[in-house]
Amino acid sequence: MSAAFDEMKEADGGVRPAYSELSRWLKEVPPDVLDYRRREAELLFRRIGITFAVYGEADAQERLIPFDVIPRIMSGAEWRLLEKGLTQRVKALNLFIKDIYGAREILRAGVVPDDLVFRNPAFRPEMSGQSVPHDIFIHIAGIDIVRVDADTFYVLEDNARTPSGVSYMLENREIMMRLFPELFARHRIAPVENYPDQLLATLKSVAPERVARDPNVVMLTPGVYNSAYYEHSFLADKLGVELVEGRDLFVKDEFVYMRTTQGPRKVDVIYRRIDDDFIDPLTFRPDSALGVAGLMSAYQAGNVTMANAVGTGIADDKAVYSFMPAVVKFYLGEEPLLKNVPTWRCREEEHLAYVLEHLHELVVKEVHGSGGYGMLIGPAASKIAIEQFRLKLKAAPKNFIAQPTLALSTCPTCVEQGVAPRHVDLRPFVLTGSKGTRIVPGGLTRVAMKEGSLVVNSSQGGGTKDTWVLDG
Amino acid sequence: MLSRTADNLFWLSRYVERAEYLARILDATQRLSALPLAYVGSSNEWESAVLTAGCANAFFKQYEEANEENVTDFLAFSTANASSIRSCFELARSNARAVRTALTVEMWDAINGTWLELKRYGNGPASREEFSRFLRWVQESSLRYDGSAYRTMLRNDAYWFSRLGVYLERADNTARILDVKYHLLLPDNERVGGPLDYFQWAAILRSVSALTAYHWVYRDSLQPWLVADLLILKEEMPRSLASCYEAIVRNLDSISGAYGRQGPAQRQARGMRARLQNSRMDGIFQRGLHEYIGEFITENNRMGAAITEQFLL
Repeated sequence: MSAAFDEMKEADGGVRPAYSELSRWLKEVPPDVLDYRRREAELLFRRIGITFAVYGEADAQERLIPFDVIPRIMSGAEWRLLEKGLTQRVKALNLFIKDIYGAREILRAGVVPDDLVFRNPAFRPEMSGQSVPHDIFIHIAGIDIVRVDADTFYVLEDNARTPSGVSYMLENREIMMRLFPELFARHRIAPVENYPDQLLATLKSVAPERVARDPNVVMLTPGVYNSAYYEHSFLADKLGVELVEGRDLFVKDEFVYMRTTQGPRKVDVIYRRIDDDFIDPLTFRPDSALGVAGLMSAYQAGNVTMANAVGTGIADDKAVYSFMPAVVKFYLGEEPLLKNVPTWRCREEEHLAYVLEHLHELVVKEVHGSGGYGMLIGPAASKIAIEQFRLKLKAAPKNFIAQPTLALSTCPTCVEQGVAPRHVDLRPFVLTGSKGTRIVPGGLTRVAMKEGSLVVNSSQGGGTKDTWVLDG
Repeated sequence: MLSRTADNLFWLSRYVERAEYLARILDATQRLSALPLAYVGSSNEWESAVLTAGCANAFFKQYEEANEENVTDFLAFSTANASSIRSCFELARSNARAVRTALTVEMWDAINGTWLELKRYGNGPASREEFSRFLRWVQESSLRYDGSAYRTMLRNDAYWFSRLGVYLERADNTARILDVKYHLLLPDNERVGGPLDYFQWAAILRSVSALTAYHWVYRDSLQPWLVADLLILKEEMPRSLASCYEAIVRNLDSISGAYGRQGPAQRQARGMRARLQNSRMDGIFQRGLHEYIGEFITENNRMGAAITEQFLL
């Protein structure tokens, strides 16, 4: 593994232009002031109630995600490059979903193997032949990006199901502006606060055609016990839409209604933060108490729009991911602007053989996994852990892919010993509505707080940073 | 608005109001029990506090005796008691979390801040001084929540439902004090009157924070029938039953005005207000104060059920 790309410092020790002001400021500001602001930020987060639940931890109903007060900065030029690549990628993802639930040309052309789609647990046969308004399936995508050198951004993961984290992008900026007005005065930073506005416009633009008046948009949450509940309530508030739970909705004659103090009211667009499995006990998991009985029938009748569409989760599959360069070329006839991390599909014999031989230097992930659970980081794992993983891998090779251990770029971060480089990734949020694709400049930067650690997931102790895109 | 949201707001306000009421009862009881026996007689003030809080059954399931330690723990800090001050604040917070979008930042701050600070008090006070501070803090927290709601909420159905919760709970609380202490307020109690009962009357007034108000309204020394009059019929007294029903009718009218529809809840509320407006104290005493209060508590519960039925399901 080569030395990681430092977002702030050049190899010769000079400071990259985007970071010049910040670097100067970091030298001026006394360490105790930085520490004081850090604690102030934590207090603010705690008071606003931004918390995050970690599943599987007792007494952890509400925990704070560590927030780092040093921003991650990108130049306008870097961002424009990313923006183009993201737009291209999400366009291709949308066409892919439309195709596999429609004509299935990509399967007939043999670009993606049949069984990868049809035997995929995220594939929803109920969606076959289903049309959705404006042919948009993935209204909100979170694309995880890592950087390995000055010019190379890799897509690490596509999140087309129900990507979360955007509330942190918004709150981080809010808190930074409160704590460091002088830093903002020294920079020209592209704003992100219009994200909710764009999201609402996107959701309204995909309302069913029958809706002539202003569509009734709601946000569907699994409820207060969900790890991302804070985000759900935060976004619903910013959007000015009702935050509903399954029990607030019911279906009658293939229309969806919500229970209000003035009686039932028709619902047109559901921004749902519940997985497919749970949205309708009549169609999917019968034991789900979170969903709405009959919702799928209303959806299939075209009487309500769901964002994202049902069945988009297949794009999150890491084996599907490995075909993305070919998928982009197939639908758009263009070279992908954002690279994929080279990926070995353990479902293929040659790949598996290579992976088994090189376990100690690879990262092995479950194809359906998320949140950093159930993965092996070869270089950091003990011999025993590797051997145990080898058995798991051999038992069900189809469930795994492997990638080289990437040297994720680093960004200066406040840690106990002062300011030190820590590895970061980036999740920009891509909105697609009837009027095209929009991305607010930046996204959520996640940072691995432990020295050398490459795991940025908040469920594994990762933190977040404000992400600045400089104007010009 | 969503029925569930309205329901959460309604109960959120009820829990905060109830917490404050419990703090007042405990405060008044602490004062009474600190007086020499000659001034208050031999009645067990701590048992009376449990009765007033309306949770005697639950209490005696857990404890043999009603004394300062047990009652303080049960009414203020117990997690086994779903109506302890702590439980009320915890329920209020979880209701607030479920309707974050319907609260203003100030309201959320008030309720979340209270919940965070509650942890500081742990499982009980280290001393009487600390307990006094705790009780004051509970009352201040409730004032802060109420004040934020009053000053920052949009005047729409969300506000009206949260107000309904306050007044319905408040009416219930005042009626419960009267229900437990009614015998002290009967006119023929005069013969046992004197210094002994003065402190009891003062304690009743204190637990609805009306001791000073009494003097301003009547400009007289404490008379039991006037205490009853103040708490039942005086509309200018914010915790009187009459005042609560004036407010319940007003808020329900706002709702029906906005929704363009009347229902059983509005009719029931107007009926109860009319009864209070048409009552005279001597008439109430003649028919029996205890029966009057008992009926009120039942009717007030029906009122809550009618609101739930009409809007919150």
